[in-house]
Amino acid sequence: MRDELYQQTILEHNRSPRNFKKLEGATHVAEGYNPLCGDHLWVYMKVNAGGIIEEAAFEGSGCAISKASASMMTMALKGKTIAEANLLFDEFHKLAIGELKPDQQPNHLGKLTVFSGIWQYPARVKCAVLSWHTMHGALEKTKTVSTE
Amino acid sequence: MTNPYMSTFNIQKLRQDFPNLNIRVHGKPLVYLDNAATTLKPRCVIDAMNAYYVTGVANVHRGVHYLSEQATAAFEYSRQVVRQFLHSAKVHEIIFTKGATESLNLIAQSYGRHFLKKGDEIIISHMEHHSNIVPWQMLCQQAGCVLKVIPINDRGEIIFEEYLKLLSDKTKLVSLVWVSNSLGTVNPVKAVIEAAHKQGAVVVIDAAQAVTHTPINVQELDCDFLVFSGHKVFGPTGVGVLYGKEKWLEAMPPYQGGGDMIKSVTFAGTTYNVLPYKFEAGTPAIAEVIGLRSALEFFQTIGWEGMKQHKEEILDHGTRTLLSIDGVRIIGTAKDKTSIISFVVDGIHPHDLGTLVDQEGVAIRTGHHCTQPVMQRFGIPATARASLAFYNTKEELDILAAAVKKAQAVFKQ
Ligand SMILES: Cc1ncc(COP(=O)(O)O)c(C=O)c1O
Repeated sequence: MRDELYQQTILEHNRSPRNFKKLEGATHVAEGYNPLCGDHLWVYMKVNAGGIIEEAAFEGSGCAISKASASMMTMALKGKTIAEANLLFDEFHKLAIGELKPDQQPNHLGKLTVFSGIWQYPARVKCAVLSWHTMHGALEKTKTVSTE
Repeated sequence: MTNPYMSTFNIQKLRQDFPNLNIRVHGKPLVYLDNAATTLKPRCVIDAMNAYYVTGVANVHRGVHYLSEQATAAFEYSRQVVRQFLHSAKVHEIIFTKGATESLNLIAQSYGRHFLKKGDEIIISHMEHHSNIVPWQMLCQQAGCVLKVIPINDRGEIIFEEYLKLLSDKTKLVSLVWVSNSLGTVNPVKAVIEAAHKQGAVVVIDAAQAVTHTPINVQELDCDFLVFSGHKVFGPTGVGVLYGKEKWLEAMPPYQGGGDMIKSVTFAGTTYNVLPYKFEAGTPAIAEVIGLRSALEFFQTIGWEGMKQHKEEILDHGTRTLLSIDGVRIIGTAKDKTSIISFVVDGIHPHDLGTLVDQEGVAIRTGHHCTQPVMQRFGIPATARASLAFYNTKEELDILAAAVKKAQAVFKQ
């Protein structure tokens, strides 16, 4: 049996996504698009002079997985340095493709491990990673990110 | 009155011919409702392809040895069977390709680039599959033609008056899907063809979904070209058909160069082979062509009447059952419609729905179904789509409906 994908936390974030807004005065913005699903979102971040992400937000439309993932990501990013955000991106990506087992390997994922079963749903991996790739693109100053 | 054909339509017996219908998915019996993407294969198709590999493997049109002659005979016999299936006048009007997509590209690149000039107009509809959009866009870029699109109404039907307005003496080609894979709409192809011919335009019919819906007679239809894929009519992937009127095929340049398509090759110049070989460069998909023959023979033994009635019943049952669920809306409500139920559920993205019903063993497609302009027309990112074949049952549609309700319960948690 596969792990349950639609866990309470995911359903709850889908229903009431956090930081679901356009962020005025954002220093980093990127647009993410998954042509296969039609998932489409924007990620905003406000990075201060010290290189700390003061605020992160997103808006757009997509499935429950992409929305919950984006919502939880914006929460996780707050207060992180760019280096920490990039590390988290790397860990989340590995988690999503099943290369990082959170109960066996040290990591900084915290609540994001709710996505640890997603690798068992290969068609849905790109839903979970879309916002992360978009965030990564924003930090790298790539304007549009596509997960095709 | 009992329908004399109905007695021959024995669904339980027919289902036994499909080994795939016995598989289990996530511990549940498979409910396969993704027939517009590809159909399941009956045992006879699998056996025919195996037999070629086990007992008779050889190339075609090349050897004088026994096996090659056998393979060539089997390959050419398949062409006869396709000719009968489409009722074309001549067997060499049947060209084997990789599939509907390659057939459409062949027409665009060979007919289109040869006959269409700058400023000529091509008409397609708003409900085309990407494979009947992109090849024409490419041709327009190459040859400077202009693409015109017949709009569709809220039911998902082409607006015929608008089509007539688009037609002019600039129109050189009309390419239309017969049965829409995302809406189920059955287009009035006969009337479309007649109107186009009055303007002197040729007509291409994408019959990818129509082959399982209605008997086809290309001579009666009078279409100039017609295409379909083997894998959507219970045959293998990797083989498809292009039908073209002899006069066009004769006048068209080859699509690809290579072996089999030539009569003689010298460095001074090459003469091309006759039809149909001119368009069949290289070693073809021999086992697949043999499998396609078996699929068409199998399919034609079922009997259109009984099958049609059964498919109408399950479409009607599925539509009503889904509509009885709160929050379900059907996209594509054409008066003339077949086999396809595209739907959206309030508050649940189609992809989440697809994953959740898959847990119940139900295979549906979710997404844009390679028809992004249709999604744009209806202002939605995607739909869930149940697409039916004759082997589907009312009970399977009830399982789908129950799975949709279960998904709603998950999302209401
Ligand atoms: C209406 C229609 N046209 C064309 C195609 C393309 O067929 P293939 O991918 O087999 O070439 C499809 C397949 O999805 C289709 O449904």
